[in-house]
Amino acid sequence: MLIELPCPIPYGLAMDHSNYPNDYIRGILNSVKTIALVGASANPARPSWIVTKYLLERGYDVIPVNPGIAGTELLGKKVYGSLAEVPGPIDMVEIFRNSEAAGPLTDEALALDPLPKVIWMQLSVRNDEAAARAEAKGIKVVMDRCPKIEFGRLSGEISWQGVNSRMLSSKKPVLSGKGFQKLGLNRP
Amino acid sequence: MTDRLPGFDTLAIHAGAAPDAATGARATPIYQTTSFVFDDVDHAASLFGLQAFGNIYSRIGNPTCSVLEERVAALEGGTAALAVASGHAAEFLTFHTLLQPGDEFIAARKLYGGSINQFNHAYKNFGWNVVWADSDDPSSFEAAITPRTKAIFVESIANPGGVIVDLQAIAAIAKKHRIPFIVDNTMASPYLIRPFEHGADIIVHSATKFLGGHGNSVGGLIVDGGSFNFAGDDRYPMLSKPRPEYGGMVLAETFGNFGFAIAARVLGLRDLGPALSPFNAFLILNGIETLPLRMQRHSDNALAVAEHLANHSKVSWVSYPGLRSDRYHNLAKQYCPKGAGAVFTFGLKGGYEAGVKLVSNLKLFSHLANIGDTRSLVIHPASTTHRQLSDEQKTQAGAGPEVVRLSIGLEDKEDLIEDLNQALDAA
Ligand SMILES: Cc1ncc(COP(=O)(O)O)c(C=O)c1O
Repeated sequence: MLIELPCPIPYGLAMDHSNYPNDYIRGILNSVKTIALVGASANPARPSWIVTKYLLERGYDVIPVNPGIAGTELLGKKVYGSLAEVPGPIDMVEIFRNSEAAGPLTDEALALDPLPKVIWMQLSVRNDEAAARAEAKGIKVVMDRCPKIEFGRLSGEISWQGVNSRMLSSKKPVLSGKGFQKLGLNRP
Repeated sequence: MTDRLPGFDTLAIHAGAAPDAATGARATPIYQTTSFVFDDVDHAASLFGLQAFGNIYSRIGNPTCSVLEERVAALEGGTAALAVASGHAAEFLTFHTLLQPGDEFIAARKLYGGSINQFNHAYKNFGWNVVWADSDDPSSFEAAITPRTKAIFVESIANPGGVIVDLQAIAAIAKKHRIPFIVDNTMASPYLIRPFEHGADIIVHSATKFLGGHGNSVGGLIVDGGSFNFAGDDRYPMLSKPRPEYGGMVLAETFGNFGFAIAARVLGLRDLGPALSPFNAFLILNGIETLPLRMQRHSDNALAVAEHLANHSKVSWVSYPGLRSDRYHNLAKQYCPKGAGAVFTFGLKGGYEAGVKLVSNLKLFSHLANIGDTRSLVIHPASTTHRQLSDEQKTQAGAGPEVVRLSIGLEDKEDLIEDLNQALDAA
């Protein structure tokens, strides 16, 4: 059994949008497969590129969305100009834009059919009104978090960087991938 | 999970240290290797580009060292930490991450002598200019601030002991002027004082002392409190500007509230090189498992010895904040109610000669220049570390001819008192 402290920033225990239980985040990362990443960048120094690459390596089907580079290829994936243009269902919309832009983007996500299961706003992105609109439709919302950091924290990978994962365990981390340098989400 | 957070003693044993993923080894293995194989070329590229978590080369990171890092980050309540070769290396990499040539930082005048030297002399070569302030007078820090001030530095309990710094008062000044507040927490350890709870932004440690605690390993730690927002702050280009070393990555943006620790690693440790050996990290980790027990015993023993010396006919004064009569006693009650640490100074009525005799008469105390060992230690600064100074300079530095410094260990306090008694009788 893991003894888990809640998500690292900020500190606290209750589930609200400042403070997500680890099970909530783990549940999301375990259940989604197709992730539309809005605000994808072709610049490898940008956090959105790094997150796209990391999530692809972890087996997620990441679909980059960015009208500025629509039609090009990013990390081997075709870039779309808007959420509406993405063919097929999207499990999670990850918003890599500023907090204000997250409002209309959430509404675009809410116009999708079928609806996404999750709307995730990147670290430093927070729009409570948009979150309320999504939650009213039964969609799970995460704000002001990075899926790469959360994956690294829950798996234990982030500990290699000296980061306080706020997880304690007497069980082995789960190896995943071909070497010893990738860990899985579901520790016993 | 219930809503109980793990306590300090649990973190001291478990934080950062799961069983080894490959072998199940329960004690943290000593990964005595320089390098780590990549899964494939793409994995290597991801690691070098800071795009994946993992290990490359032990100058930059090592799995034994990273357990130590997470352990200390957890004990201090920080977001991340970086283990380095010594306490001095921790200070060096911290300032290297924050300062440019021509910049200034403000430091408390009462510090470990080695830090005073480092700031006064070695840092001059980098164009980093120290401005001294008086930790007993927080307003002296505010008076010293200029547009080039990039950091404020104090020790929570100042070496050679006996001085408790009003961290909250200085933190308030740092916050008002948006300057990172660095606290050297070596003498207190997070068991006695947790500086992030009092407004520190960055903590440094000489793990050589109480964290390791057994006098066997030199090491240092930098802990990121995650509280200072470097993003977009032009004064700190290492964090806020695109880094050519990493294809234009902006570290404060990419790594958020642990960006400082990452910058110290990938721009400081990687390029300047004072890496901690995994073997030392292992010994320090072992030490930390008993930190709460040791620090309490250190402090309890020190108080007993200080009380005894305060009543001894050959002793003129004792400077230990645990003593009710001490000028720092109220600050000690506020900041370190569990105890005032192991290290303190006292004065001998017999002056220089009595000091020299005392250290040679002691049988259990070891005469050496360290603190924070299981063993009790003694030094007579005037005849050793401060020998080259004039009498006036010695007195100013708190190392007058009559001064003796003790670092009280974990022995039976009755044996320590008896050893001091016999040595004082003969002095
Ligand atoms: C308070 C303090 N800071 C820093 C240092 C330097 O640490 P190190 O000797 O590990 O380089 C010391 C060493 O005595 C110390 O006492």
